[in-house]
Amino acid sequence: MYETTYHRASSVDEAVSLLGKAEDGKFLAGGMTLIATMKQRLAAPSDLVDLRHIDAMKGISVNGRSVRIGAGTCHYDVASSAELRAVCPALCDLASHIGDPHVRHMGTIGGSVANNDPAADYPSAVLALNMTVITNKREIAADDFFKGLFETALEEDEIITAFSFEAPEKAAYAKFANPASRYAMAGVFVAKNGGDVRVAVTGAGSDGVFRHAGMEQALASHWSADAVAGIHVDAEDMLSDLHGTSEYRAHLVKVMAKRAVAAAG
Amino acid sequence: MGVEGIGARVTRKEDKRFLTGKGRYVDDMVVPGMKFAAFVRSPHAHAKIKSIDLSAAKDMPGVIDVLEGKAMQEDGIGNLICGWMIHSKDGSPMNMGAWRPLAYDTVRYVGDAVAIVVADSQAEARDAAEAVVVDYEPLPHVTEALTALQDGQPQIHPEAKNNLIYDWEIGDQAATEAALATAAHITEIEITNNRLSPNPMEPRAALGIYDTAEDHYTCYTTSQNPHAARLVMSAFYNVAPENKLRVIAPDVGGGFGSKIYIYPEEITCLWASRKTGVPVKWNSDRTEAFLTDAHGRDHVSQVKMAFDANNRITALKVETTANFGAYMSLFSSAVPTYLYATLLSGQYNIPAIHAEVKAVYTNTVPVDAYRGAGRPEATYLLERTVETAARELGMSPAELRRINFIREFPHQTPVIMNYDTGDYEASLNAAMEAADWNGFEARRAEAASRGKKRGIGMSCYIEACGIAPSAAVGSLGAGVGLWESAEVRVNAVGTVEILTGSHSHGQGHETTFAQLVSERLGMPISNVNIVHGDTDKVQMGMGTYGSRSGAVGMSAIVKALDKVEAKAKKLAAHLLEADESDIVIEDGQVKVAGTDKALQWFELTLAAYTAHNLPEGMEPGLKEGAFYDPSNFTFPAGCYICEVEVDPETGVTDIVQFVAADDFGNIINPMIVEGQVHGGIAQGIGQAMLEGVHYDPDTGQLITASYMDYAMPRADVLPSFEVSHQNTPCPGNPLGLKGCGEAGAIGSPPAFMNAVTDAIGNNNLTMPATPQKVWEAVNRI
Repeated sequence: MYETTYHRASSVDEAVSLLGKAEDGKFLAGGMTLIATMKQRLAAPSDLVDLRHIDAMKGISVNGRSVRIGAGTCHYDVASSAELRAVCPALCDLASHIGDPHVRHMGTIGGSVANNDPAADYPSAVLALNMTVITNKREIAADDFFKGLFETALEEDEIITAFSFEAPEKAAYAKFANPASRYAMAGVFVAKNGGDVRVAVTGAGSDGVFRHAGMEQALASHWSADAVAGIHVDAEDMLSDLHGTSEYRAHLVKVMAKRAVAAAG
Repeated sequence: MGVEGIGARVTRKEDKRFLTGKGRYVDDMVVPGMKFAAFVRSPHAHAKIKSIDLSAAKDMPGVIDVLEGKAMQEDGIGNLICGWMIHSKDGSPMNMGAWRPLAYDTVRYVGDAVAIVVADSQAEARDAAEAVVVDYEPLPHVTEALTALQDGQPQIHPEAKNNLIYDWEIGDQAATEAALATAAHITEIEITNNRLSPNPMEPRAALGIYDTAEDHYTCYTTSQNPHAARLVMSAFYNVAPENKLRVIAPDVGGGFGSKIYIYPEEITCLWASRKTGVPVKWNSDRTEAFLTDAHGRDHVSQVKMAFDANNRITALKVETTANFGAYMSLFSSAVPTYLYATLLSGQYNIPAIHAEVKAVYTNTVPVDAYRGAGRPEATYLLERTVETAARELGMSPAELRRINFIREFPHQTPVIMNYDTGDYEASLNAAMEAADWNGFEARRAEAASRGKKRGIGMSCYIEACGIAPSAAVGSLGAGVGLWESAEVRVNAVGTVEILTGSHSHGQGHETTFAQLVSERLGMPISNVNIVHGDTDKVQMGMGTYGSRSGAVGMSAIVKALDKVEAKAKKLAAHLLEADESDIVIEDGQVKVAGTDKALQWFELTLAAYTAHNLPEGMEPGLKEGAFYDPSNFTFPAGCYICEVEVDPETGVTDIVQFVAADDFGNIINPMIVEGQVHGGIAQGIGQAMLEGVHYDPDTGQLITASYMDYAMPRADVLPSFEVSHQNTPCPGNPLGLKGCGEAGAIGSPPAFMNAVTDAIGNNNLTMPATPQKVWEAVNRI
């Protein structure tokens, strides 16, 4: 790791101010990707501004079916929230399978979504649950947030402070884990709210997380695992690597979609 | 047996310190004035070094010095060597190219070291390493062995034309060809044994300390055999004469073979300590471990197995190409020859065998022994071939094996080995019963009703352990003898220190060796300390690998204990006024059998040291040493059965059952043996379903250089193993031990692959059987 200066912010304003003063600063929201990258000397921020100790960014609140999750909430807290599980167990289950216990106690939902790793789990939930991404500057609709591999709508000094969404009637996440890293090779989050169905795919797309319109239409007209079986997933849009060719990933997307629908009931 | 003697399930003495973080590893060593090293490594698979500019790096903060290979060469530090001479079938010696600890003219793999930085901190050393400017002229490279042999490929060493190190053979070619010509059935198969990264939990490390006043070196290193390290560093690398070089391998966190060898880093740290005048410590990080720890396996073989009309095996013909990487590592030449082809008879009576092995340089990290070393390759080849033959012949795989088993011992195979004892059918029967083999079809049908493809596979392995008689290995080309030494020091108050040339890096020697003393001298194991891993304490030893520490290391302790016991009895007879033959040692006492006359053990040992009343001519004290050279290899064998369910939709394989039935001869501590078997099976399943080193053939870069891409076995992919032991005691050593450290890794890969290919009904599948490959194989039908 190259030399870096660590700052611990206690408010969002302080974090923005600290970053503004840094030569080449980075926000740190758990660091489960950033710290590993720095240890490999593949990233060399001059300053780290830690967001994990900003109380206002933590916690989960559920009001009826309206859910708000602070961006600084760690995966373990999402996975183990009884309030959240009562209205949207799919999100708890997703969080419970991220990384290992150490990662789940350090990594945060905001950090994961802001990083937009193409194999991360949370981006699929943000898209499928049609979350509103709340930042220190504005509110961004999920469909406007993700801009390709590791790219988002966030500006340099913009911090995600929370996510909000309406819990769907039915939802589930099915993940096929990379045998080595256990990141998603094909993760599919399905959510149904009346006639509105959203299917979001992570881990597989060559442009990062995406919604699959064909599956959404098929499921909107007939909510069953069989409905997605005949839908075409284009291998040309898929990632290809040592662990899975684009054809295999395209196939897995369909299988995971079927399993997610079956699990959602 | 006593409560802590031979056969007792004693919990491990060493685990308290390991489990409470009190182990003392090389990285824990801190000496005054110590500085930190970082290596500058080649980013190219193959390149000429046009120039190296150290000046910017030397000006970096905290830097003490930056040293490169030219200076090392000028100081007379020798080449790294391979210590086992193999001759090609035309009689010519193997073609070994030079391996410089720090390359100064050519780099031959990604990770090849070219310079060392010594600085106040590790971070400063690494910063400065990046400031070393090496002007490379990239050369064409080749990473696959079969490709490297072809004309027109890059020439990696001038000594090895077409990158061929040797073209070796064993067995009777004419008899093998004749049997193939008249066979009723021939099974032909290509077998690939995938390349593995060893991944011990503790990465390699070295601390070199040069004492200017004494002109003496101390090397702390992560070694499985510190004495061999000292010998090689003295005799071949000219670091220092043996009396001026102390090598200490303290607690070592796993090796699996990869810490047998002498690597460039420890030599360079010692040399750098002399050059800079400060102690120099280097710690490998995980990326460096992937890039530079010797890899294992990497064979491709063409196999023909001939059968007569009664399905008896009549011949086996094998042609193997072995990837050696860019340099010949210490043991590398022996692995695909005498540790591999000599086991190609397996558990079977095969009248004729002929094997040819080509060893090949490539632009990859050196390949050497990895848990099992040659024997997993032989077992995988044989057991996949026999299973394939059973399918082709329409025979039960158990029955085909059964009718071909060797049943009379000793048995001379056509490939050197003389099996001393065994009962292969006993292990086969035990495994089949434990696995409920006969109930499998019902389980397969039930799985099918759930949409799963269920399969069962077996593997009957044999290995040669306890390597081996020194004269025998010497005649086969080994540069060293493979005996072991021990010293038993009985203290004045009766406690005991055992000094052993074996080295424990996870095997539990501190417990099992103490159990042997407890058995013999009737004392609790807490009164026994095991001293190992320090060339200043233990005079000489050959270290731990090849499952040799029980069969060879403990046999040396037995010999030394025999001498201690004889002297103790002689002294007791004198003090108790009895005949020596009536003296027995038990329960902490030395007694005259059949009487109430006895001395406490500590009274006797004190008498030996006070020396007030010794028999005529007896020297004071109670300390004896011994060297033990085995008369033969030992031959652990067994039968493993694996049962799997494949999800045809995803290609995911779930291991639903794994049974191991092993014959290790006698067993000192069943709990530790079971632990060794569990770990070995986990490692073997890792090879078969998950692990695989991949170099990008286009760039020569290591793709699997982190756990993001290199898949290790985890607890949740492994079932609970069902382990049993059969016992035909080894006649070749005093304790009847055969060795258990590698069996699991040897026997499990073919059992798993036979099960998966049975499940999917497609034999065309290579390790690792990843979900993608299994899914493709399911859909190729």
